[in-house]
Amino acid sequence: MSEQQTLDTRGLLCPMPVIKTQNAIRKLAVGDILTVLATDPGVLHDIPAWCRINGHKVLDHSQEGRDIRIRIEVCED
Amino acid sequence: MAIQRKAIALLSGGLDSLLAVRVIQEQGILVEGVNFFTGFCVEGHTHAIRKKDQEKQKRNNALWAAEQLGIKLHIEDISEEYKDIVLNPQHGYGANLNPCLDCKIFMVGKANAMLNKARQMAEEKGFDFIITGEVIGQRPKSQRKDTMPLIARESGADDRLVRPLCAKLLPPTLPEREGWLDREKLYGFNGRNRKPQMALAKQFGFVDWAQPAGGCCFLTDENYSRKLADLWQSQGRKDYELDDIMLLKVGRHIRPAPHYKLIVSREEGENHFLSGYKKQFNSVNFVSHGGPLTLVDGAPTEDDMLLAARIAARFSKGRDAETVKVELLGKNGVGRIVDVVPMPTDDIPQAWYI
Ligand code: SF4
Repeated sequence: MSEQQTLDTRGLLCPMPVIKTQNAIRKLAVGDILTVLATDPGVLHDIPAWCRINGHKVLDHSQEGRDIRIRIEVCED
Repeated sequence: MAIQRKAIALLSGGLDSLLAVRVIQEQGILVEGVNFFTGFCVEGHTHAIRKKDQEKQKRNNALWAAEQLGIKLHIEDISEEYKDIVLNPQHGYGANLNPCLDCKIFMVGKANAMLNKARQMAEEKGFDFIITGEVIGQRPKSQRKDTMPLIARESGADDRLVRPLCAKLLPPTLPEREGWLDREKLYGFNGRNRKPQMALAKQFGFVDWAQPAGGCCFLTDENYSRKLADLWQSQGRKDYELDDIMLLKVGRHIRPAPHYKLIVSREEGENHFLSGYKKQFNSVNFVSHGGPLTLVDGAPTEDDMLLAARIAARFSKGRDAETVKVELLGKNGVGRIVDVVPMPTDDIPQAWYI
């Protein structure tokens, strides 16, 4: 079964949330879902860009006040 | 079928690295990028912090460049190891506290380690050589004809290091000798004139790229370097934590005495960013008037905290009031409310501003 994981990068500034996302995904398998929590609005740009480049899929994202949540599906490398 | 050769590129997001990758891609080489986070990178940070900048386009230049090029990008956090480069550069500093030559050697060395690791494991994912966007004569200290072989040698990359933009002015590298690359299709750029790069960008259809002012990081910035030097001097030793160097990017820094300094927020975004540090620093918080959150770094006495509050009050909405009510909050979370007289501007010596 695919795994669901959450990564909390709140308070960190870009590019740290992207680096942490990258490192978390390296340890996950295809089909797993990673939910990233962040506060730096830069992630709304950088994480989708990182996913496009590396072939992973952003399922959705939402924002409540300063809190941002992005869900990523790990795809074939 | 010929073996598909692969290269790893140091990708900053600036024009030179963008062009260097494209030149190599044109020769049928598969390229992936690597970008290093040193803690001093200009990327986004101040944008993310300062409210007035938040509407500006925030993008990570290296990611953006990778997407333009259609290549994968690895972003590596080297901030811990990088300390040694900033604190003890074997080849010294540039105009400010930028250790560019050591930095380049270190980064190429890191890329070389990635290359060797993959080769040892005989992985097909391995890389055959490294590319950088270096141009001879572009930077007075780190990019000179004599530093090119030095970087190749000291990084351990030797003749697996290719500089596509000035390769013709350097001895042939392994990929050229092996015929993986056609030397004739590499370039011989030299000096500070950017026209050849502009022309090549046009030829490749690049219309937009990052243009960092002095260099790729805050260490080339004079004001930033002065704050870093002040930090070392006040500590009595050269050292820093990641939080220290982040905070040097934020607020007004005022040092009334060697054992403490104030970090006064300049606007709402900085206020929010600094409030994340209240558990690690003593702080001045305004009660009766609107005012800037002020962290007090170091080991202030109670009297120092009162002076800090008076200075901070100078930047508050109560600057002309007789007294201003503030909460002096310790990093232990214990606070006390006091009334202070805002300090007249002329009483804050210019020398206190770092
Ligand atoms: S400007 Fe900064 S990141 Fe760029 S080479 Fe110099 S020290 Fe390294």
